[in-house]
Amino acid sequence: MKHLKIDNLHVSIGDREILRGLSLDLPTGQVHAIMGPNGSGKSTLAKVIAGHPDYTVTSGDILFDGESILEMEPDARARKGIFLAFQYPSEIPGVTIANFLRAALQARLPEGEELEATEYYAKLYEKMDLLEMPRTFTSRAVNEGFSGGEKKRCEILQMAMLQPTFALLDETDSGLDIDALKIVSHGVNSLRGPETGMLVITHYQRLLNYIVPDFVHVMVNGRIVESGTKELALKLEAEGYDWATEPEAEAVGV
Amino acid sequence: MSDTQTQLDIDREKGNFRYDVDYEFDAGTGLNEKTIDYICDVKGEPDWIRQFRKDALKKFLEKPMPTHWASHDLENIIFDKIRYYLSQGGQKPKKTWDEVPEDVKRTFERLGIPEQERKFLAGVEAQFDSEAAYSNIKEAVGKQGVIFMGSTDALKEHPEIFRKWFGKVIPTGDNKFSALNSAAFSGGSFIYVPPGVKVSHPLQAYFRINAENFGQFERTLIIADEGAEVTYMEGCTAPKFDTATLHSAVVELVALKGAKIQYITVQNWSNNVFNLVTKRGLAMEDAEVKWIDCNIGSRLTMKYPGVVMKGRRARGEVISIALAGDGQHQDTGAKMVHAADETTSNIVSKSISVGTGRATYRGLVKIPRHLKGCKNNTECDALLINTSSRTDTYPAISVRGTGNACQHEASVSQVSSEQIFYMQQRGLTEAQAMSLSVNGFVNDLVRQFPMEYSVELKRLIDLEMEGSVG
Repeated sequence: MKHLKIDNLHVSIGDREILRGLSLDLPTGQVHAIMGPNGSGKSTLAKVIAGHPDYTVTSGDILFDGESILEMEPDARARKGIFLAFQYPSEIPGVTIANFLRAALQARLPEGEELEATEYYAKLYEKMDLLEMPRTFTSRAVNEGFSGGEKKRCEILQMAMLQPTFALLDETDSGLDIDALKIVSHGVNSLRGPETGMLVITHYQRLLNYIVPDFVHVMVNGRIVESGTKELALKLEAEGYDWATEPEAEAVGV
Repeated sequence: MSDTQTQLDIDREKGNFRYDVDYEFDAGTGLNEKTIDYICDVKGEPDWIRQFRKDALKKFLEKPMPTHWASHDLENIIFDKIRYYLSQGGQKPKKTWDEVPEDVKRTFERLGIPEQERKFLAGVEAQFDSEAAYSNIKEAVGKQGVIFMGSTDALKEHPEIFRKWFGKVIPTGDNKFSALNSAAFSGGSFIYVPPGVKVSHPLQAYFRINAENFGQFERTLIIADEGAEVTYMEGCTAPKFDTATLHSAVVELVALKGAKIQYITVQNWSNNVFNLVTKRGLAMEDAEVKWIDCNIGSRLTMKYPGVVMKGRRARGEVISIALAGDGQHQDTGAKMVHAADETTSNIVSKSISVGTGRATYRGLVKIPRHLKGCKNNTECDALLINTSSRTDTYPAISVRGTGNACQHEASVSQVSSEQIFYMQQRGLTEAQAMSLSVNGFVNDLVRQFPMEYSVELKRLIDLEMEGSVG
């Protein structure tokens, strides 16, 4: 079992502190959900783990199986096994999905070793079938002109191909209708297993009906204020975030 | 992504090597009537060429440097310090690689030319400084009546065809550098394809500059007779020198009725080369001239391939990719001159500027009032990699009359830091991410290239991008 451990993490962008002492332990084999109101720092957490250069870690640590990854470049973190399914995936004009994924897998091989094309395409088609994506998708440029649903499916396709140790899913449900949500969730669920840990970030409980988490954390103002099992998500759904934000607001003296 | 620091010394090492060569023939530095006499004597040229060169020299000296519209960097060319003719092993190219002098042969082997010839070419000419060291055409192609030889040989062996078209598409006084070439030209290819003959594989020329302070002035003339088809490709490299090297070619294409000529250039000059080239094609009735032009490397490139559509329904096309690395200026574009009814032209230009690189697009489209049913489409897209990168667009479009149509689209885009982060998150290094973005940007154009050249171009882009992130 491997652990992704966030230890008392403080993160700023410019002068503004966004994460204020956040701690979390995600082992492989588990799915953790992070819920919280807009602006609580959920997406920041995902981006900081992935190594986004806009954010500064002022104190605390991120440990991948005991080893700090703070000094690692985003691509080195990715190759180590961290995957971020973006809330707003970037377009890469002119680069087809097939070529992009091929380059990403090639980057994981030792120097001098070539990716085997037949095996690659067999795997790609298998994962596309799982996500009910037509074969013509492979020759489309990454995210260019994609609908919201197609973008999210494409993120999960990449995750399925790259087989990360820790996957961070940032608002994967946003912009999805119920059919697309079911397909995407099915894809994510098929990737669950003892070798993979998942952090599912969402604003709404809805997603968690389909991707059932082992643990739920409530995040407010840059730290986790409550943790529990999936029932906690239902409580949030019923009562909103007010109960969680109010004591926090008092605590920080607002 | 922080704004990436660019390194000055971009790595394009394939062409950056040099073997010492003893030159048997050297016209010395500077250009005057004596230089021209030397070149004519060495080559054993007829009097009309001697006169042609001397007239051109006058025009070259008369014409001002075009700095009123072009880069002032041109003023840094010291014409008196340049050597205008250098050759080793005589003026007659060899028909087999075994006959080519060892050091010259080694150069071309290292550049992979003999191998490419075996694999996919119908004929090859390899020019080393002023003269072709090797020139050969596959027997089957020769039997079809196709002529492929150096221009020096052609003006002696086929004067009737040569003289008819030489200097007719691009007059000597077209610009200062066409005049310079006309005075000092040496080497380059001559191709004649007889009526109805379709040459199935490309003919290729490779231009290699080996000497320092040298000017290469090849002259190419391609004539496709009625209904004929031919594809010609050229590659070029030079070693890196501290001093400026000059490359100033003139290329004339003639596509007679119903003929098709495709001319592909993948240049990879070192950063000290001034590359000032004039290229133009003449397309008669139902004929097609297509330029595919990839400009990588050089210090300053000025090149605007053109097509004069002289016959009804003639077509002209320029597909151009320019990559301006740090400290480089790619001043490229196209000229489309419509001179008959129902002629169509298409210009697609994509440029990439890296570091302090500057890409300039200049396009000229001319459709006069009296013509009917003419169409032009122009697209020019620029990609900027760094905040210090620069791009300019100078379109000059003159479309008159009511029955003609023209559309022009231009765009400038930048590789965003979010895009790079996204790609890095998938495991690609910053350089790999850049390289993939740039390849994606030119992808739709590269697909039109023969496979071997698209692979080469992709490799060159990878090397440029590797050098551009620090």
